[in-house]
Amino acid sequence: MRYLLVEDNAELADAVVKRLALDGHAIDHAATLAEAEDCLATARYDLILLDVMLPDGDGRDFLARSRAHLETPVIVLTARAQVSDRVGALDQGADDYITKPFDFSELEARCRAMLRRRGGSARNQISLGAALFDPLAGTLHHDGVTVDLRNREIRLLEVFARHPGQILSKAQVMDHLFSYDAEVTENAIEVYVGRLRRRIDGMGLRIETVRGLGYRMEHDA
Amino acid sequence: MNRTLSIGRRLTVLLAGVAAALSLLSWGMVTSLATQAAVRTQDNVLAASTTTIAETLRSEQGEVRLELPYAAFAMLGAISEDRVFYRVDAGGTMLTGYADLPVPPDVTAGQVVFDTGLFLGATIRIASVTRPVLVGTERVAVTVTVAQTRDGVKAVTSEISWQAGALSVAFFFVAVALSAFAVRMSLRPLNVVADAVARLGPSDLRPLLRPAPADLAPLLDALNRLMERLRLSIRRSEDFIAEAAHRVRTPLATVRTQAEIALRTVTSDAEKERLRRIIRAVDESARSAGQLLDHATVAYRVEDLARDRLDLSDIAAQSAAGLEPTAAMRDIHLKLDFACAPILGDAVLLETAIRNVLDNAIKYSPEDTTVSLRIRRSAHEWVLDILDQGPGLGEGPTEPLTERFRRGTNTAGVVGSGLGLTIASEVLRAHGGRLDLKNAATGRGACVSLIFPLA
Repeated sequence: MRYLLVEDNAELADAVVKRLALDGHAIDHAATLAEAEDCLATARYDLILLDVMLPDGDGRDFLARSRAHLETPVIVLTARAQVSDRVGALDQGADDYITKPFDFSELEARCRAMLRRRGGSARNQISLGAALFDPLAGTLHHDGVTVDLRNREIRLLEVFARHPGQILSKAQVMDHLFSYDAEVTENAIEVYVGRLRRRIDGMGLRIETVRGLGYRMEHDA
Repeated sequence: MNRTLSIGRRLTVLLAGVAAALSLLSWGMVTSLATQAAVRTQDNVLAASTTTIAETLRSEQGEVRLELPYAAFAMLGAISEDRVFYRVDAGGTMLTGYADLPVPPDVTAGQVVFDTGLFLGATIRIASVTRPVLVGTERVAVTVTVAQTRDGVKAVTSEISWQAGALSVAFFFVAVALSAFAVRMSLRPLNVVADAVARLGPSDLRPLLRPAPADLAPLLDALNRLMERLRLSIRRSEDFIAEAAHRVRTPLATVRTQAEIALRTVTSDAEKERLRRIIRAVDESARSAGQLLDHATVAYRVEDLARDRLDLSDIAAQSAAGLEPTAAMRDIHLKLDFACAPILGDAVLLETAIRNVLDNAIKYSPEDTTVSLRIRRSAHEWVLDILDQGPGLGEGPTEPLTERFRRGTNTAGVVGSGLGLTIASEVLRAHGGRLDLKNAATGRGACVSLIFPLA
């Protein structure tokens, strides 16, 4: 995915750019609305992350101005948790808002909800044998059937899809699945793997247990 | 409070005292006037009687003769049943009548002289007139004296005095009642103002603009200035909180993002655990900052509450849509069971209340469970139930959970500041509703009900 981040705080912008790059996304950073206009004139983005308070104006006004010719979905970043801010942002054409400081899995979840509403984006699909996986929208297509996966299933399938044929240890899977919110046991991994196996049944995908080492996903050629 | 006698009572007592003095005075005056009038009447009749007798005096064959005309006594009998005495003296010799009847001294010719004396054990009023009668060539001074007991006069004056007394007492009571009424009427504007102040909501600091009598204007002005100062100070602290929350959030976002990046790059389990702790702490601060901000918003908007016609189900659906991705991250399903529920209120506040309760429900729900939102109508209220499948509210009373910074006993391992339910509860109170907390009937999870009056 290609993101445009419009954020005037350099520290935060730097961190967000690095963090999204870790997930393999491409990010352009604009510190002002003027820079953002330049970026939008020269490149196409999948998603815009827009701060509300910028040195050369209010992000919401920018949104109201450019919404007419801008098809890219916009998520507004707000430091004020005030509802009136959010409602205002949504009224002016933002697709969603997220409050600082944000959890990147929440950002991901919000993107997913938005992309599902918009019907997905073909660019992000990963081909797994005969099946097509869209990790951002959280959908799996096979033979004309589309399955909506739940959050943990998406993340689990994503980690397998990014490492085709490799054996992944339970610890590796766990890191990806549960970021930091809960105390998780390895048994929980088995529960989710079991659930994912049922979901991908009949799509030419298999998750094998490699005794003592972890899991590996294979797909029919 | 140091209470002194109320103005109303003080005024009433004072006016009653004045009324009593006036009653007493009027009673005394009426009695004295009545006595004077009775005495004067008796005197007039006595004088007329004496003169009538004196006019019959003539000299005949060298003797003074007189006739006692019937009319002279009849007129006395007309005014009362009193006994009448008389005597006629000619030149020092009594001609006829009661010899013991005292004669007023200093009787001058031609004039009626009055006196009061005792006769046969009764008080009498005496009238005397002296007329010279020519007997032969000698002028003899003849004195006619008529007296009457005073029982009739006394009876009349005492009767009038009683009546006047009764009237004065009645006047006193009427005056007291009227002054009590007048006092109440004049204190009414004061009570109206006191009432208006008493009826102000807990955070309503709008100035009182009702018309008031000129005497109350300084009090009202002082009160309004005080409220304005209070309002400004509240507003300043709200602005401060909002600004502080804003200032805190951006650096927190940086810390959190950097910690996430670090979490991806470190390999040691111990370091990972440390980073997770950092992230959890950041989340907790962010959450508290957000709730402080929400709380400030609520305090500020409740002051001048909007009363828009809204559909509770719309607002609940919006709140649910906003939190849907958060719930999805933990595979929590939000189940909505809504029907149109018209209410009057402030959409921003209601969204804040519902979001805080729903956020709580999601936070305390285990993964892979359902949070249900349901709107139902009871007799006079709309009830929005938010049910989760979490650990429930624990044992003990639920009211303290709506107190500021108070958290339940079942909250281990969950990030929270303890303001969420306070915010919701304050919003509902401002809307004339209430927040009801209980454990779900199924025995698992909590049920938080937001209760609103029907529109």
